[in-house]
Amino acid sequence: MSNVATAWADSTIMLRRNLKHTMRNPLVLFNAILFPIVLLLMFVKVLGGAFEVGESYIDYSTPGMLVMAVSYGLGSTATAVNDDMTKGIINRFKAMDISRGAVLTGQVIVTTVRCLVACTAIVAVAFAMGFDPDASALDWLGVLGFVVLLTVAAAWLTVAVGLAAKTAESAGLATVPLIMLPFLSSAIVPADTMGAGVRQFAEYQPFTPIIETLRGLLAGDPSTGDALAGIGWCLGLAIVGYVWAISTFKKRA
Amino acid sequence: MKSSAIAVSGLRKAYGDRTVLDGIDFEVAEGSVFSMLGPNGAGKTTTVNVLATLLKADSGTVHVAGHDVVTATRQVRAAIGVTGQFAAVDELLSGRENLQLMADLKRVRSGERVVERLLERFDLVESADKRISTYSGGMTRKLDLAMTLVGDPRIIFLDEPTTGLDPRSRRTMWGIVRELVADGTTIFLTTQYLDEADHLSDRVVVLDHGRLVAEGTPDELKRQVPGTHVRLRFADLDELDAAARVLGGGTRDDQELLLRVPSDGQSKSLRALLDRLDEYRLNAQEFSVHTPDLDDVFLALTGHAGEEAIAS
Repeated sequence: MSNVATAWADSTIMLRRNLKHTMRNPLVLFNAILFPIVLLLMFVKVLGGAFEVGESYIDYSTPGMLVMAVSYGLGSTATAVNDDMTKGIINRFKAMDISRGAVLTGQVIVTTVRCLVACTAIVAVAFAMGFDPDASALDWLGVLGFVVLLTVAAAWLTVAVGLAAKTAESAGLATVPLIMLPFLSSAIVPADTMGAGVRQFAEYQPFTPIIETLRGLLAGDPSTGDALAGIGWCLGLAIVGYVWAISTFKKRA
Repeated sequence: MKSSAIAVSGLRKAYGDRTVLDGIDFEVAEGSVFSMLGPNGAGKTTTVNVLATLLKADSGTVHVAGHDVVTATRQVRAAIGVTGQFAAVDELLSGRENLQLMADLKRVRSGERVVERLLERFDLVESADKRISTYSGGMTRKLDLAMTLVGDPRIIFLDEPTTGLDPRSRRTMWGIVRELVADGTTIFLTTQYLDEADHLSDRVVVLDHGRLVAEGTPDELKRQVPGTHVRLRFADLDELDAAARVLGGGTRDDQELLLRVPSDGQSKSLRALLDRLDEYRLNAQEFSVHTPDLDDVFLALTGHAGEEAIAS
């Protein structure tokens, strides 16, 4: 078999293993898929009525909820990767003649799959709650592409964190900022309604252009500036995560 | 003359300014059991990690299965199996799934049959479809070793394979090691149990503070220490002094209040020795006839006792 074919086959085997893990771990399923739905219900049904955002709150908040669904799916990836590292499973794989990247790619793919399921669930629930986007088919394709890009970038970063952390607990803890960042962005309320300091932070942090791009796409009116900034952030995070993950993977025995 | 399965020369490894391996050389003959004996922190795991391609040495050359671990890493990996110090099994999978995962990754033909056979061999059939989290320590260890055996590696590294096992599981593990060698597999094992090295190995090296302080067959090593002797432990230093004077020719260990007197171990000479103690109204709190084992070798070679000697 060629190298690429071997790497692909190895990654598929790893993916199958990681999928089994996800399906057998109720906490992972809850955190990654149910919890974002609970958040969506809470913000739209409980809190949203009090927010003044200039449009129907479900339409405003759904793009942000997509991003939250992605970030909530990451914690379990960090923990799983760290578990493999500290329990010697990664060393077992490393001493075998298998593709170097397969172990990590498998984690990234399973994270992406999990996040896409979560995002699909969010969109479905949002529709049931009266979500009324103006997106064309092409815009939806853009949404999908953007969510995948974001997930892959965040997943590489998370895998790196999981590899580098000393314990599973600290690995899980290290992903908390990724969960907190969407709250400090334009996900829940527009940044210009926030207090000084927080507002500037919200305007310049990576999640805001990403969410604004998704919001634009879903409204059928995407903004090129936000899209470029969002793609830039995602690519940047992906490269940092990838390089960090690979070098940690090679170093730690 | 058998060729070498493993050849190591001038191997050095340091973490910062802490030298872990300080230039070690050894060769392992194909189809033999080679034990690396040493206390905790001697550098055993570091050696295994270098040999198993998990860690890069600072200097020296290492050939495993005829391939250089640095330039032909993949060929080395294809030839070896590694069981680390801590069971590396996937706890969310069942025993069967763990083995199947290995078979898939190694592209083993008719993997299911291989898995089934390993489950039988390691007496794991009953719990094959249960999650590992329900397994006992001994079962996990067995599965761990079974996973290493998938694909019949020619050279197997076992890093302290019996640490933490009860005596019965330990015997089982020894039995498996013997079977493997009978099939022509080469085994490199590390242990801090002297009797384990004694029972299993064709050759033993003793590692202490990153240096090899001895190498040979278990018998050769045992020959390096004094022969059969009687060990006497006394209640206090005065009594030890008196006994040393009376018996003569012994070596003493004041800290342990121990006197070692050479003897042929026969009942007649033992009786004479005991009579003599009695004559001087000396009473040994402990009395034993000692045939040298690797414990003594270890003590003699390193100037400090092995882990087990301290514990007992």
